[in-house]
Amino acid sequence: MSDAAVQAKDLSLVFQTADAPVTALSAIDLTIARGEFVSFIGPSGCGKTTLMRAIADLERPTSGSLTVNGVSPEQARLDRAYGYVFQAAALYPWRNVLRNVMLPLEIMGLRERERRTRAAKQLELVGLTGFERKFPWQLSGGMQQRVSIARALAFEPKLLLMDEPFGALDEITRDHLNEQLLRLWERTGKTVVFVTHSISEAVFLSNRIVVMSPRPGRIIEIINCDLPTGRGLDVRESVAFAEIAHRVRAALRSGHSYED
Amino acid sequence: MRTEKPSWAQSVGPVALVAAVLIVVWYAAAVWLNAPQVIERFDGIGNPWGARELVDATWSMERPVLPAPHQIVADWWASVFGADLDSPRSLVYHAGVTLSSTILGFALGLALGVLIAIGVVHSRVLDRGLLPWIIASQTIPPMVVVVLGSLGYPPLVSKAVISMYLCFFPVAVGMVKGLRSPEVLQLDLMRTWSATPAQRLVKLRLPAAVPFLFASARIAIATSLIGAIVGELPTGAQAGLGARLLSGSYFGQTIQIWSALLMASLLGVLLVAAVGAVERLVARWMGAAA
Repeated sequence: MSDAAVQAKDLSLVFQTADAPVTALSAIDLTIARGEFVSFIGPSGCGKTTLMRAIADLERPTSGSLTVNGVSPEQARLDRAYGYVFQAAALYPWRNVLRNVMLPLEIMGLRERERRTRAAKQLELVGLTGFERKFPWQLSGGMQQRVSIARALAFEPKLLLMDEPFGALDEITRDHLNEQLLRLWERTGKTVVFVTHSISEAVFLSNRIVVMSPRPGRIIEIINCDLPTGRGLDVRESVAFAEIAHRVRAALRSGHSYED
Repeated sequence: MRTEKPSWAQSVGPVALVAAVLIVVWYAAAVWLNAPQVIERFDGIGNPWGARELVDATWSMERPVLPAPHQIVADWWASVFGADLDSPRSLVYHAGVTLSSTILGFALGLALGVLIAIGVVHSRVLDRGLLPWIIASQTIPPMVVVVLGSLGYPPLVSKAVISMYLCFFPVAVGMVKGLRSPEVLQLDLMRTWSATPAQRLVKLRLPAAVPFLFASARIAIATSLIGAIVGELPTGAQAGLGARLLSGSYFGQTIQIWSALLMASLLGVLLVAAVGAVERLVARWMGAAA
């Protein structure tokens, strides 16, 4: 099973806080195959971001096993096997757009020429050609996030971890970037793990949707999503789309019923 | 692209007004402080004197308690433009001596402060163990350091060490804050890229600390100048603004003291302005909002 991009077995993660330990993740079993597009969806505090951070080796699981590309998350991080897009753009304010995108490549030790070519390619993909010399404060929040996506792509990793990357964008840009991301995924065969609050975004983008529930963070249901490949935004008007969205909504509601 | 640049009259007007008020107060104070000596002298001679004679005399004494502004400016002018640059009568020469140890001490203090801050940020042991000692070191009166520092070292070195001692502290404190200023997300990103600690320092922490460095440097350059002048007092130094102040006070040359003070404050303004100019250049280069 070392073929999996991400494999979690009985994974738990407990945060030691000042008053009481908080179980962020409990008994997570999940296998993400190479080339899949998987979304984590659930209410705040359900552990979807924590699970993502554990995959990225930004958090240490308390028990269970977790492998990324068949190796430990730490080794995968050292191999520079993934690119990470955060909720906030977190651009470095003293670097212009081009130099922000080139930063991970600088750290990888690539040559200047190679860095420029790759960065220019990714900036074109997110529609920011011509903005290379702008500084972050000169861009809108949406444009800043597109720069941070270009920065994660510049890495050309096989695995892309995206933590609500479009949450701060206006709907038109968001639709556009959703479509762009889908095309990119189809073309490159990258594995994408995507955290979102939006049901329609999850259904539109994903192969599979992992529905999670809080206290303790756990998986409620994994829903297959077999919309046709090459789909455009108008697939959202289809019956199949509505059915899957309905199943996700029902699963989310069943997760909440534990609390009510 | 500044929208409203204040006109020349708007920016200079208030400064000129304050200066005018200060000068008037100064002349009045000169009369008040010098009058006893003048009256004593008048009475000794036995000539009759009026208000006019009194004022004239208090503003033109050779060794007044408080020299009048025009006397200070005249002496300053004479010792800046009226003396050879390499003669000990030249204020430019003395200012140059003080300036060289100020700059050397500032550079040393900057380097020491930055190094200490980098150590404190990266090592918990240094964070806990070093900072208390640094704070304790700052409670030692500078004069003690001056005296200790003057025992048998070349004057430039000992003066620069005093300046360094005074100015590394604001730099270290500012830099610790600056190096810790990056957001958690920015640090997380560095981790996802598996950046080495050196890369994290050079590409994230140091650039983030630059505004803090300049805030500290403005203070440090001024304290460095004070350190250099204070360092020239007891070292038996033959040259420098501090030596000029000291010799002035030995011989009761109050005008010379004040013109040296004027030179020192001009030097201070110049140095702080120079730091500000470098800061603006660097900020523009780093893409700061205009």
